[in-house]
Amino acid sequence: MEDLVRELAVDKHARYIVSVEKRKDDFESVVMEHLRMSGAYWGLTTLDILGKLDMVDPDEVISWVMSCQHESGGFAGNIGHDPHILYTLSAVQVLALFNKLDVLDIDKVSNYVAGLQNEDGSFSGDMWGEIDTRFSYIALNCLSLLHRLDKINVEKAVKYIVSCKNVDGGFGCTPGAESHAGQIFCCIAALAITGSLHHVDKDLLGWWLCERQVKSGGLNGRPEKLPDVCYSWWVLSSLIMIDRVHWIDKKKLIKFILDCQDKENGGISDRPDDAVDVFHTYFGVAGLSLLEFPGLKPIDPAYALPVDVVNRIFFGR
Amino acid sequence: MESDKEQMRIPISQRKDWSDMVPIPQDDGPNPVVPIAYKEDFAEVMDYFRAVYFADERSLRSLQLTSEAIPLNPGNYTIWHFRRLILESLNADLHEELDFVEQIAMSNSKNYQIWHHRRWLAEKLGPVAASKELEFTKKILSIDAKNYHAWSHRQWVLVALGGWEHELDYCQNLLEDDIFNNSAWNQRYFIITRSPFLGGIEAMRDSEVSYTVEAIIANPENESPWRYLRGLYKGDTQSLLSEPQVSSVCLKVLRAKCNHVFALNLLLDLLCHGFQANNEVKDAVEALWNSDFGLLDLDLAKSICSILEHVDPIRANYWAWRKSKLPVQAV
Repeated sequence: MEDLVRELAVDKHARYIVSVEKRKDDFESVVMEHLRMSGAYWGLTTLDILGKLDMVDPDEVISWVMSCQHESGGFAGNIGHDPHILYTLSAVQVLALFNKLDVLDIDKVSNYVAGLQNEDGSFSGDMWGEIDTRFSYIALNCLSLLHRLDKINVEKAVKYIVSCKNVDGGFGCTPGAESHAGQIFCCIAALAITGSLHHVDKDLLGWWLCERQVKSGGLNGRPEKLPDVCYSWWVLSSLIMIDRVHWIDKKKLIKFILDCQDKENGGISDRPDDAVDVFHTYFGVAGLSLLEFPGLKPIDPAYALPVDVVNRIFFGR
Repeated sequence: MESDKEQMRIPISQRKDWSDMVPIPQDDGPNPVVPIAYKEDFAEVMDYFRAVYFADERSLRSLQLTSEAIPLNPGNYTIWHFRRLILESLNADLHEELDFVEQIAMSNSKNYQIWHHRRWLAEKLGPVAASKELEFTKKILSIDAKNYHAWSHRQWVLVALGGWEHELDYCQNLLEDDIFNNSAWNQRYFIITRSPFLGGIEAMRDSEVSYTVEAIIANPENESPWRYLRGLYKGDTQSLLSEPQVSSVCLKVLRAKCNHVFALNLLLDLLCHGFQANNEVKDAVEALWNSDFGLLDLDLAKSICSILEHVDPIRANYWAWRKSKLPVQAV
């Protein structure tokens, strides 16, 4: 590990994230407009893990976040957009990073999220009713951070997630859908948050997850797909939550993530030599944090927030 | 084609039917964290979009405006939401809307909003939409046979609207194109376990095992059929142990002496469940032994774990753990 520590371009990544937020006119910022809230979560969490959160002004961020809230209690991806559960969790996570959850009307936000639960226990993303285990995770994470899990039927929520379990031990977006590492993360984290991991066949799923590591050391999300840095988060966090992370070759994975860095201008890409973006920079740095890379803040695999932030919320310290 | 369209485009500010509308620029908040400057066309369309959106103007021109705005950024969920409100208010022809979605989807098939909109439409149209939806997903899957959104939409269509009749044939074709396509294997499992026409997993087991074994023999390194084979015996380990085709496929692959990780793994699972290996199997495992591995263990399961630790080093810890979990053999 020692020899690899110097390989992580901490300062350049931090500068890259701050520069993306200031950059103008490029394609990335245009298509990101409606999901800026998630962009803010990815960027700011990365900065915090790198120990560089002080590079941004908390007051600016918080006033912008709050101006994205709707009367319903839900948050939009940006000012002038509709509320959605995705951006509501991102908003809560960003406020949590700055220890500012007290600016929220907690009941208002949690009523919005709780109102999205359906009769079968699943969750919709917004008033239009798209259903996906991603939204189950988001709802459970968000309500847990707000200490309001009592507002929903947790038992039914768990039952719906379990109904999405496949014979390979993995999970899909709806019952019968193919196992996919991203969906597996959502389901495992939701089960972890609700103390329901006994529903998981840990050995079977653990083997499926460690089969995702390919020769280059990177992880893919499904059999026969290319490795991608984002799975360093989805697969790795799932393996940690089911206590099977030692089944993969961690050193090779670290090497793969480090190879995806743009060492000149900062940022991390999906695969070596591709273009960098904030999304993959977050997943790369968060993955390294899960791998206990020296100098990085530890991140919680279920809440997807730095461990000290989670401890502050649940243990008041 | 694209550039012709570009040249013909008249800025909205110069169009007669929009002269009464004042565009609203993006409000990035007091001190924007992420100030964004947009390209001119994009900015103008979005400014007018905000104007009709905030005025809640559900008119034909608003619908046309969303048709202009969506291709510029198909991920912008607010435009799609507003479009649905307009379609409802105008009582628009939803079949026409299917064509619009298809056009957008051909170049943006991994976008959540498009699929969500499509599903909303299909739900409104009901069972008459089933065949059109199956055709649509087939088109998308012909470009990317593993598109997760398309598969998830297709499964929803089958369950909610029907159309199971030719699904197994379709799956068969996709697997003929690419036997490594895990999505198609998953769909195959979905069909045999859920289709109202096939009688369920036990009725299908014999023919499915033969099909799967054939696929394994052709490509023993293919993870999907191995997992599918296990799936055929879900909750029925006894039948898995007693089916001669299962142990014989392992033996065949082991004897071929390459790409045998999954065969060794299945054999290991069988042994852990009480399977009694005959001498042929033992000999085949022994033939894979290499003097670098040390001394051959008398316990077959242990030997298998040792071989796997060496031939699959990236997961060596997993195989070591499997070895540690083996019951102590009463020799």
